[in-house]
Amino acid sequence: MADVNLPDLTPAMPEILLAVAAMGLLMLGAFSRDGGEAAALRVSRQVAMLGLVALGVTLAAVLMVAKPSAAVTFEGMFILDDFAIFMKLFVLVGAALSLFMAQSYLELHRIARFEFTVLLLLATLGMLLMVSANDFLGLYLGLEMQSLALYVIAAFHRDDVRSNEAGLKYFVLGALASGLLLYGTSLIYGYTGTTSFAAIADTLHGDGALPPAGVIVGLVFVMAGLAFKISAVPFHMWTPDVYEGAPTPVTAFFSVTPKLAAIGLLLRVMLEPFGSLFGQWQQIVIFISVASMVLGAFAAISQTNIKRLMAYSSIGHVGYALIGLAVGTREGVTAVLIYMVIYIVMNLGAFACILCMRRRGQMLVNISDLAGLSKTSPAIALGLAIFMFSMVGIPPLAGFFGKLYIFLAAIKGELFTLAIIGVLSSVVAAYYYLRIVKVMYFDEAAEPIDRDAGREAKWVILGSALLIVIFFLIPGPLVSSASTAAAALFGS
Amino acid sequence: MFEIGLSHYLTVAAILFAIGIFGIFLNRKNIIVILMSVELMLLAVNINFVSFATALNDLVGQVFAMFVLTVAAAEAAIGLAILVIYFRNRGTIAVEDINLMKG
Repeated sequence: MADVNLPDLTPAMPEILLAVAAMGLLMLGAFSRDGGEAAALRVSRQVAMLGLVALGVTLAAVLMVAKPSAAVTFEGMFILDDFAIFMKLFVLVGAALSLFMAQSYLELHRIARFEFTVLLLLATLGMLLMVSANDFLGLYLGLEMQSLALYVIAAFHRDDVRSNEAGLKYFVLGALASGLLLYGTSLIYGYTGTTSFAAIADTLHGDGALPPAGVIVGLVFVMAGLAFKISAVPFHMWTPDVYEGAPTPVTAFFSVTPKLAAIGLLLRVMLEPFGSLFGQWQQIVIFISVASMVLGAFAAISQTNIKRLMAYSSIGHVGYALIGLAVGTREGVTAVLIYMVIYIVMNLGAFACILCMRRRGQMLVNISDLAGLSKTSPAIALGLAIFMFSMVGIPPLAGFFGKLYIFLAAIKGELFTLAIIGVLSSVVAAYYYLRIVKVMYFDEAAEPIDRDAGREAKWVILGSALLIVIFFLIPGPLVSSASTAAAALFGS
Repeated sequence: MFEIGLSHYLTVAAILFAIGIFGIFLNRKNIIVILMSVELMLLAVNINFVSFATALNDLVGQVFAMFVLTVAAAEAAIGLAILVIYFRNRGTIAVEDINLMKG
């Protein structure tokens, strides 16, 4: 018998726990459904509760396996360093809050099924694997695991044609993006002879000569595939439709965790294996960043649906975050991480407000429906106003500091044009964020929204509004942990 | 004699990949055709991986191809499932009719 070497499983403990939990909950749901709407509802509540517990346990496991030095396992496929830990913590928090907010919406629309929780857990598992990928094989499998689960939850409202259409569009364009990414991977494999990030970095570091053209072409394909996943221009076409069509809690989830995980993946791929090709990919990142910021600012102006508006807003925010990557220094990456964390807090809060917008049992998605919200429900209006001001970047709210770090990094990296375009497009974007505030505070009051709408969502609004407001008092923990996380990418 | 080498395989794969991409964008008729185009792209990638693996005398490419095959099967299953519920609600799977939301 050949001796069997089991890889060191400790660094992957959180993923293993989450995978087991997701499969266990699937079994629980499948075997305890004894027919009837009421039974299905009860099971979905139990599974959602257990899913939250599973995410909490996974979070604790991430904190427990965290070690000061990076651990590599599974033949170099899987890495657990400070960067991965930082990303995993926020991915798990984002997923847990999305799940927490989802249940009452799902029940209202009679689509509360236990599969939602299971799919959300599986997507989260895919994201955890993505941010820990240290090999193109691991990257691909993590990314597909996430995407396949997301295609299904986009179409989760299966009697609603718009949700179906969102799922279908997301699937077709997502499959295209995976194809591009894979084709690039195959070229990189062919011209470097390996798929491991570390080995690719060694091959390319070599003698400073220009790498083979195949690697550059492959890199461009990989970037195209990843740009799709973070919905950066010119691969953003799916975003507004999917955000509009998917059920609102799903949209909230889409706009937060997959984006964070994909940004993490992009940072690692660009800086670890292809760090020595910085000169080659910097131009592309600058282009994507400028295009996303400008499109995000101008296309959102004419939107009337608030979910579509948030879609364009998220495209714009990705553009700002990419400035940090274009700088390509530790400072730049730190700024990206801070920006993304603040972005997910703001976005979760804003979507929690959208989840509260319900009138006589109907969800409201038009900006005009917000009219006079400050009189009918002042607390929600204040929360949404805080998030909007923060997204514009008004000091002293957190959004201002996110932008500040990004622009500081850009100026230190002497990317003045990028910083100026960023500031200008955020001025344009201010128009549509402030328009929401204006509609809420200065327009004639419409009928009040339902009092009992979004019980859980109100907690999320409260929590994220507090975080946004007091961030300037205690920026230390986030900034220093982001800086440690960024250092892990520049370790070698 | 005429020898078939790595570059021939890569050319075939590149052509297949391009056909797949054009199939997605130029096709105005049927979503099933889009699913087929996606499969074509993934198969082109597999040809790439396998021929590189042979040329480099390295197993990783073949293992990668196996994983791509598996994921492609899962992807096709999910795509068809979404297509079925879409058809059930709309009664059509023509590409032109996917236009409830602009964009």
